Amino acid sequence: MIRYLQKRPWSLNAALVLVILLMVIAASMVGEVSLAPGRVVRAFFGGADDAANIIVRELRLPRILIGLLAGAALGYSGAALQGLLRNPLADPGVIGVSATASLGAVIAIYLGLAALTPLAVPLSAMSGALAATLILMMLAARDASVLSLILAGIGISSLATAGIALVMNFAPTPMTLQDMILWMLGSLENRTVTDLMLAGPFILLGWAVMVGVGQGLNALSLGEDAARSLGVDIGRLRLRIVLGTALSVGATVSVCGAVGFVGLVVPHFVRALIGYEPRKLMLPSALMGAILMTLADMLTRPPIGHGQLRLGVVMAIIGAPVFLYIIYKTRESMR
Amino acid sequence: MNAGLHVKNLSVTLGGNSILRNVSFDVKPGEVVGLIGANGAGKSTALRAVLGLAEPDFAEIAVNGTPVAGMSPRVRAKTLSYVPQGAPVHWPLTVERLVGLGRIPHLLPWQDMRAQDSAAIEHAMRATDCWRLRDRLATTLSGGERALVLLARTMAVGAPYMLADEPTASLDPYHQLQVMDIMRAEAARGIGVLLVIHDLSHALRYCDRLVLIHDGKVLASGAPDDVLTDENLETAFHVAVSRWQDGTGQFLAPHRTGGR
Repeated sequence: MIRYLQKRPWSLNAALVLVILLMVIAASMVGEVSLAPGRVVRAFFGGADDAANIIVRELRLPRILIGLLAGAALGYSGAALQGLLRNPLADPGVIGVSATASLGAVIAIYLGLAALTPLAVPLSAMSGALAATLILMMLAARDASVLSLILAGIGISSLATAGIALVMNFAPTPMTLQDMILWMLGSLENRTVTDLMLAGPFILLGWAVMVGVGQGLNALSLGEDAARSLGVDIGRLRLRIVLGTALSVGATVSVCGAVGFVGLVVPHFVRALIGYEPRKLMLPSALMGAILMTLADMLTRPPIGHGQLRLGVVMAIIGAPVFLYIIYKTRESMR
Repeated sequence: MNAGLHVKNLSVTLGGNSILRNVSFDVKPGEVVGLIGANGAGKSTALRAVLGLAEPDFAEIAVNGTPVAGMSPRVRAKTLSYVPQGAPVHWPLTVERLVGLGRIPHLLPWQDMRAQDSAAIEHAMRATDCWRLRDRLATTLSGGERALVLLARTMAVGAPYMLADEPTASLDPYHQLQVMDIMRAEAARGIGVLLVIHDLSHALRYCDRLVLIHDGKVLASGAPDDVLTDENLETAFHVAVSRWQDGTGQFLAPHRTGGR
């Protein structure tokens, strides 16, 4: 299977796109009101009854699209970052943007800004992510080594986590505290076109920054010196991946909450299918991230899931065992 | 045309320490040139500076009359290929994919391998006896196999000049000789080979010319017999040598004469 897919990487991508299309239909059927597949497909084109049209087009599709974009952003960034750091344990969270975005969100919740406008929390989260991005860019632009970048990410994360704890410490009411915790567990509940419009451009911009980094990542498999001798501008590569990841992951966390794990595990799923070549991992990782996110979101919704079940929790509960299984299966080649 | 890789007045300072001062040498097509000298003499730095991996304070480096400083990274990569010392392999790629990385300077970001790329990869793998390993994972190879695969990766670039940093380090005698034979075979194809080498017998037997670096300067350069004199070896390495000869050629074995 691995050999077959390595020779024909497009067949995996085609299969994943097909799965995504089916998932969009399936995810549109699930919710407080269950809809039949035929009614859902008609509603996509506005041809169903009014109730179905509104439920599918205004409520479920924006939520599904955000999930797909967010999952793809996390999967793509994860694959890029693992290639850059040459470390299969790297998660997009390692550069610190997830933590600073969370800090931005809890501050907005603490100040009660959400009452003013529903966009307050994601906007504040986005500001947090951009602040971390700026710090990282200043470092990366000064030709910092990959190790310095990771350590800076850890430093930024620790500071943001301490800030989150501080804000929670002073939460005015238990309800506020609960809101903060629930936000951090991640959710796509009640997300609308506005959220899509807020996060979408940053996610796409992040991708645009990272377009074409695959070959440089392949070259990096041989270490920095060999990659540079192959004509790869390592400084530029590092800058593009850090900026692209920060933008797309920051935007993702801003609208979905800190949904971890996707960026870490998805590249491993793809490696189990098509091998370790960094360039070949990126597109399938984005597609598989989108699938995983949509699947996890479906499982949080009634009638399958309890309405209060959070996305991050579901993700970890289904993802972690699969992850452990893959690590077990590939332990030989990881040596 | 001024054929060859010409390095003139190369000076490098790293972290405030002067590593190389006015080092000049050249490598002609079809020639194996050995860079020798004690640890820390600046041999690897010289290679790195030529490749653009270390920033020289001053240098006039040109290939066939064209200054490398004016070349784009991609053109420089197609002109000078590099075998780093003890290079890592970070992912368990198949040997064929790994060797294929040598084609990166020839490909646009989206481009897949073309027929000429596959041909260059196969040639490099056959010349290094790696073809039989092509489906193995690079992380499962022995040290000797791995060195050959990384050499094949460099040869797949198809550059007219190959710079190798201690390509025989940590290899068993058989693989050392195999690597040196490959270097000679590449030179026979018209490639100019510059290698950092510590084994004085290999330097004597396999190189057309040697450049002996001592304290950041060229102490001697020329034919191996002229460079590997008792006096030069005493100055550069603090060793004396025993010499003998058999039907296969000359040998040199160093022994210590005193502390530094």
